[in-house]
Amino acid sequence: MLEAKKVAFRYATDGPWLFQGLDIDIKPGEIVGLPGSSGKGKSTLAKTLAGYMKPHQGSIRIDGHPLQQKAFNPVQLLFQHPELAVNPRWKIKKLLAEAAAPSSDLLTELSIDESWMERYPHELSGGELQRVCLARALHPKTQYLLCDEMTSMLDALTQAIIWKAVLGIAKKRNLGLLVISHDSALISSLCRRTLDYFIQPV
Amino acid sequence: MLDIKSLSIGFSSYSFGLKKHTVLAIRSLDLSVSKKEVLAVVGQSGAGKSLLAHALLGILPRNASLSGDLTFKGKKLTPKDMALLRGREIALIPQSMTYLNPLLKVGVQIARAAELSGVSPKASWKATLEALRRYRLEEKIARRFPFQLSGGMARRILTATATIGKADLILADEPTNGLDQATAGETLGHLRGLADAGKAVLLITHDIEAALSIADRVTVFCGGVTVEEARASDFNGSGKLRHPYSRALWDALPGRGFVKSLPARSPISSSGGCPFIFFCEKSTPLCEGSLPGIKNLNQGCVRCHHA
Repeated sequence: MLEAKKVAFRYATDGPWLFQGLDIDIKPGEIVGLPGSSGKGKSTLAKTLAGYMKPHQGSIRIDGHPLQQKAFNPVQLLFQHPELAVNPRWKIKKLLAEAAAPSSDLLTELSIDESWMERYPHELSGGELQRVCLARALHPKTQYLLCDEMTSMLDALTQAIIWKAVLGIAKKRNLGLLVISHDSALISSLCRRTLDYFIQPV
Repeated sequence: MLDIKSLSIGFSSYSFGLKKHTVLAIRSLDLSVSKKEVLAVVGQSGAGKSLLAHALLGILPRNASLSGDLTFKGKKLTPKDMALLRGREIALIPQSMTYLNPLLKVGVQIARAAELSGVSPKASWKATLEALRRYRLEEKIARRFPFQLSGGMARRILTATATIGKADLILADEPTNGLDQATAGETLGHLRGLADAGKAVLLITHDIEAALSIADRVTVFCGGVTVEEARASDFNGSGKLRHPYSRALWDALPGRGFVKSLPARSPISSSGGCPFIFFCEKSTPLCEGSLPGIKNLNQGCVRCHHA
């Protein structure tokens, strides 16, 4: 179980807290939704859960152990802007193989075309590049996927295709998913449980 | 205002040694938008929607080749015109925050856009602050760098840079991407306001629901061709849509069928025939061999052999 207890974070030492005393847990095989409006700290929470940033208070543990710094990170983060999450000077082939070359089954499942391999990231569309990032994140050792507005730049049909693939893989591998989105229809059709911390009381 | 007939855009690259080959990104695109109108261009990601905007501004990369008829305000649009008109009469709201200069404070960038579009340098800072207020951003945001903004704020800054001038044609490339519903609704409302004030707005988006909320007409784009032109009111689930791709797109919305409504096969072709062939239940050898022409149907048009 990926578990955050009483975590707090702020950017400036005297600035406002983005979140404080926040508890969240994601069990393997579970899909948790995180709705909320922009600029509230949803992405920052995802970055702390994935170990990119340390929370100022509280702890983040996987099955009771803290995140390891020098091993493969079982918590993988997918970003809102895939073009900023890849090295622009690497070809797709090299990007995909950054952790380990993905299996051809996975590439077919995500409809990643063989002809993309020799292209650079800017030669793919946002949706295509997001699928490349997804294939890169779906390493065999990955246990949790944090999807930060993963499909917000995609058309409805591609979005449904990607989620169908992700849901299939998540079920097969018993992955825990965190779905960060401002699209309440998407969250309610994907998730049984949501964390409403970032929803402003009206 | 703007009329595009059978536009195609190809990219040439060297495959092996000096062997040159061309990949067609847009095969055949037709659309027109007049003033006081919002035309939404919706469609599959990777269909070349953003390329359309870049083509109109003449900012395609050098290895791109363009053919077709582009008419702006009754005059043929040449590459030379594009360079003169962009930013002044045709303005772009770009898709991602990478279009902001990462080393310049955002207020300076908006003011610069204002100056380039004809606002005097003296008045540009005042106009900048006004624009920030219009998008409900605090004045101190002007002194921030792009990396200090959230995705939603960056988007509002990009919209501000495009709408601060006096452009008559606004190309909005995914202006609501990654925004929460309230902010997105506000941005869209502002675009609608620009159209009502006499400008033409070309809203390029993948988000049908957002598009329908403000658009007068919708052009559906798939695999490099326009497959349908419909009135926004045709998207109501009553079977008025003319093309199978439009119907599939509409049914895949999370609030509707989502993953349950997906057709069995997924890849979309970009070879000679209909781009939707692998999805379509009605596809025949005819669809594989030739791209259907555009037919007028029920006050819209469609590109399908079976419609």
